[in-house]
Formats: sequence, structure tokens, C-alpha cells
Amino acid sequence: VLIYTPALLFCCNSNELDVNLSRVFAGGCGKASLSSCSPKVCIVGSGPAGFYTAQHLIKARQDVEVDIYERLPVPFGLVRFGVAPDHPEVKNVINTFTQTAKHSRCSFYGNVNVGKNVSITELQQAYHAVVLSYGAEGNRSMGVPGEDLAGVYSAKDFVGWYNGLPSCRELSPDLSCETAVILGQGNVALDVARILLSPIDILKKTDITQPTLEALAESQVRRVLIVGRRGPIQIACTIKELREMVNLPDTRPDMVAADFDGVKEALKDLPRPRKRLTELMLKTALEVPGEKEQERRSKASRTWGFRFFRSPVEVLAEPGHSRIAGIRLAINKLEVSDGAQAVLTGEVEDVPCGLVVSSIGYKSLPIDPSVPFDSRKAIVPNTMGRVKQAAGLYCSGWLKTGPTGVIATTMNNSFDTARSILEDMDSGTLDMSAAKPGSQSISALLEKRGVKPVTFSDWEKIDNVEMKRGESRGKPREKLLTVEEMLPGHQ
Amino acid sequence: MAASAAVRSSMGLTLRLSRVIPDCSTCPLFRLKCNAKNVANLQRRGSFDSLRTINRHLQTSIGLYHSEEGSSNAEHPEDVVNVVYIDRSGQRIPVKAKVGDNVLYLAHKHGIDLEGACEASLACSTCHVYVSAAHFDKLQEPEEREDDMLDMAPMLQENSRLGCQIILTPELDGIELTLPKVTRNFYVDGHVPKPH
Repeated sequence: VLIYTPALLFCCNSNELDVNLSRVFAGGCGKASLSSCSPKVCIVGSGPAGFYTAQHLIKARQDVEVDIYERLPVPFGLVRFGVAPDHPEVKNVINTFTQTAKHSRCSFYGNVNVGKNVSITELQQAYHAVVLSYGAEGNRSMGVPGEDLAGVYSAKDFVGWYNGLPSCRELSPDLSCETAVILGQGNVALDVARILLSPIDILKKTDITQPTLEALAESQVRRVLIVGRRGPIQIACTIKELREMVNLPDTRPDMVAADFDGVKEALKDLPRPRKRLTELMLKTALEVPGEKEQERRSKASRTWGFRFFRSPVEVLAEPGHSRIAGIRLAINKLEVSDGAQAVLTGEVEDVPCGLVVSSIGYKSLPIDPSVPFDSRKAIVPNTMGRVKQAAGLYCSGWLKTGPTGVIATTMNNSFDTARSILEDMDSGTLDMSAAKPGSQSISALLEKRGVKPVTFSDWEKIDNVEMKRGESRGKPREKLLTVEEMLPGHQ
Repeated sequence: MAASAAVRSSMGLTLRLSRVIPDCSTCPLFRLKCNAKNVANLQRRGSFDSLRTINRHLQTSIGLYHSEEGSSNAEHPEDVVNVVYIDRSGQRIPVKAKVGDNVLYLAHKHGIDLEGACEASLACSTCHVYVSAAHFDKLQEPEEREDDMLDMAPMLQENSRLGCQIILTPELDGIELTLPKVTRNFYVDGHVPKPH
């Protein structure tokens, strides 16, 4: 359907058409007014937050142009580097993002470090609106002595390592110990446990990196404890991931029955999702299994279990060495007043182990001194995605709300921010009267600074190389592991 | 049997057209056709083949016709299922669908704002819909994996289902599917909806 008005040309359901037609009718519109007809939005970060924000903007207005900047040469953020290799269906969302990236009004610029290669101020000068969607690349630290010992890793780095994040390539975790302790009981903790204990035959068919596969094939880890400060009812993981642990081949659960005192009685008051999760935990921990399951468990070579009411107080080194020998855990009790708080009892317990993975949360970092940042909450202060005290600046995803939630949560969050931007365009809060140069000026700046952006079609070449490499190994892809290899010209 | 041969060939055609190779064990069509025992024995495989779709809008619903003739172009009135989508702004969008249509892909076909991030593989909850009370009980019971993903959906209600798992049957004629108002920003006046 085509509606022509003297001032503007509207096209419906036609991507290529609107660009071509606006060129043809440019004379009628007037060049200056034509430029002011096209709002230019810049998005920093190409993970789910960036792409869902772009998707919503492009769909809502036929004149919006969106440029997505990404520090790495490759897009998709945590979908590529966070989602576990054995969860390929979760990565299907990449197809949606690919459609957005290939839209005529969307452009991808990889290998651009915002904050280093170009400043937020420069972006704000070039675009009508700038959206910060760069997520959370840091992690919360335990804040205990011994945290820096060899053998202690953040889950963020461990996950980055098995998913081929270039900055984690050299992690080389030592897997020669029998027991691994994971602090935290969210889905990331369960992912780490599952990757540590999964049979190699399953992992070797995924896009897990080759060095990780080789390390896991030699791994001596046979027992993984997943430790939380509070009790079973406060556990942060979701039922899908718990079920995967319960059903993991060649493993058996090892729980402490006393940890579940009082839980059965609390079931009836729980909302459905929490109830189903708790029921599965209770069943796994307390129910006497049938004969078949009994046999399966007795044959299992690996164990996993939750340990509740425990907080880390010190990582213990081998005497005279700087390697980890164990972890000292404080024993908590639960105080239920307004919510449930863990309170120290004064008792401690030492657990011998050779690997500690701290999975207590990702954390956003400030990108540019000109951007307001709440260092206590580690987010950019905002109202409905509008950055406080910063006109024309928005945020979406984990940077906006904190580092929790799955892709669907981030999707809603990003649509919200897009709606705020659209409202501001309509109301005049966002000044659209002056034309903005957008990527034209930024590309010129980058060229002057010797930065060569990677385009989306460059990424598609990388994509093909990776898939081809994976083919011969029976894997969906074999990821390139260094930025150097990803840059065009290297293929 | 002619019917199942027609099923297979029409599914194959759809797959070639849209270049989607779905994980069969999650497809409710598969469940309808197979007996429960087969379904229980299926391992949950990751889909390692490329799940690339050329163009999302080309992704047709997995058309399934129970008629013996098996022609995918049949326009028999008994195949028509009237569906109403109620979008997030409350707008009613009536759609004339066919028996066998998948509620998620039907929504896409008609430009309705229902996301399907994981492409019907029971790995997300973005296609969450509320089903009209009169039709909710006529749906097949959700399998455990659907319930697991529904647990993650915000504003979960008694009549919540995942759209990608609903396949239209003649008894569902008149079904109304409401898209949940999940975002904070939807209410400009600051109203926060209470969970039902």
C-alpha cells in the first residue's frame, strides 16, 4: 500500500521500497526537510537488548534509521557468548536479529569500541538518540581472602572460556581436581555444573570450543557442589535447568536431607513456578527412587548436589603454595521477616576442593565519564529507559535493570525503552528539527582514527567459515577464538 | 495411509519452502500423530542443522489436512477455524484460519505482534498468550516442557499457554487469544496491572 502526501512518502510492508522512493521524491521534500524526516538512532551493543530495541524502533516508524555499534567483530552478545552450548534452541533468536540487521534501515558496525574509539558525546552529536545496551561485562566479587588464588574463577570468565569469548581464551582452568565448588545457584551456576559434568559424547556435538572440549576430556572433576546462602525455596535457578541436572546421564544427585526441613509444609502457599521447582527439588533430594533409577544412580560416575545456608568466607590455599586447597564456608540460618535473609550463626565448615567458580552475578561497568552511573546498583540511572539528567540518552537490557533475566525479559525491557524513545519523538522531547549526520560523520571519525568497522556481511563470512569448520567435526560451528582471526582480510 | 502420507508430504513442502528444520519432538503435530509412548522415548535433541529462515514472513504455518484427498489448497468450510487475536492495545483482530494452523505462525502471517524467539522449540516464553475460557479446556494438555517455560512468563494466569504449542482443531472455532500486556511502559498513566 502506498500513500503519497506532499510532505512525506509512506510505504507499508516494504523495506527496500521506502529507501528507493524517498530518493526519487527527494526533490519534492527538500533535502533539509528530508533529512529531518529521518530520525537517526545509535545503539551501543549488539546483544538481545540492542537488537530488540532496534527491531521495535524500525517496525514502529518507517523513517527511523538505526546504527548498531559493537566492540567485537561479531554480533549477538550473550546469545553467542553466554547461552550454553547445549542450549542451541535458545540461540534461534539469532535468526530474528539477523533479519533486523539486514533491514535497509539498520546497519551494524562491529569492531568499534565506544568509549575508546569514539565517545558518547560524539555519538550524541551525530544521532538524535543514543541507546546504551552494552550489558554487563564485569562480575560481582565475593570479597573474601584468597579470591585471587589460582583455581578460583568467575562464572562470567568460565562461561566466556567455554563459549569462545576472545578475552577468556587463555583461562585454562585446572580441571585436575575431584571436587569443584560453585558459589551461587542461578541458571549460570547450573550451566557451569552441567558443562563440567556432561558426558563428552554430548558436548562434542555442540558449538563448545575445541580447547574446552579437550580440557574437559581430560578433566578429573567428578563432584560438583552448587552452594547458596539461603534455602531451597530461595534458589534462583529455574525448573528447566534443574531438570537437566536431574536427568544428566552418568550423574547422580547428592543432597543433604536436613536442608529441606519445613520445605514440604511451605509448598501449598507458593505460586505455581516456585511450587513446581520446589517439588522437583524435594523429589530429587528426599524421594526414594524406583528400581531403575536406583540402578542408574549406582552406576553413575559423577555426582552433583546443592548445599544450602552456606556463604564463602575464605578460599584456602595449600600450605606454602598459591593454589587452592579448599573453601571455608560460613553456616547461615534463615530469618524470615519481610522476605528471607541469611544470617550468620558463627559456625564454619571447610570443603576441600580444587576448583571454585563464583557465580554470584554479572555487573555492568561505566563506559564513559559523561554518562551517569549508579555504582551501587551498577546500572545507568534511568526512568523507563530514559537516562536521568541526560537528554537524548537511553538504555535497555541489563544495563537498565541489572543483570538478571532471560532473553524474553530483555525483550520486554528493550521494547519499553523503544516506546519511550518513540514517545519522545512524537512529543518533541527529542529534538528532531535539526538533521543529524549519523554514521556518515562517525565513519569519517573512525577512519581518521584507524578503526575499520566490521559490517554485517563481514560477519556473515565469519559465520560461514565457522559453520564450515564445524561440519567436519560434526559440530554446528567451530568458533574463531581471536579478534584477529575475525577481522576481514584474515579469511 | 493416505492421510499420513499427505501430512508428511505437506510438511516436507513447508519445510523446503521455509527452510526450517524444526526439532520434531517439540512439535505438537508430532504429538497428535504419534502415540504417547513414542513421544516419551524421543530424546531431546539439539537441532544442529541450520535453522536459518530466509524470510520470516515466508514461514508458513505447518499446514496439516486431515482430509483423505490431502490437497493443501482445499478450502472446505469445515476446515475453517475462526480466531480472534486481541493485541496488546486491546484491539480485536479476527482471522480466518485453517485446521492445523499453528497459533504463533498464524499470528506472524497476519502481522500480529507475537514474538517467537526460539522458533517453537520450547526454549522461551515470548509467545505467551491467554486463551479464552470457553476454549482453554479443549486444548491438549501442555507437556512438561511447555509448563516449565510457561513458569518463566511474566503475568502468568490460569489460562496461559504458549502460542507455538497450539494447533487449531475444529472445536477451537471462535477461540480468542489475548497477548499479555507485559511491559511497564504500556500504561502511560503509571497504572500497574495486578496479577490475576
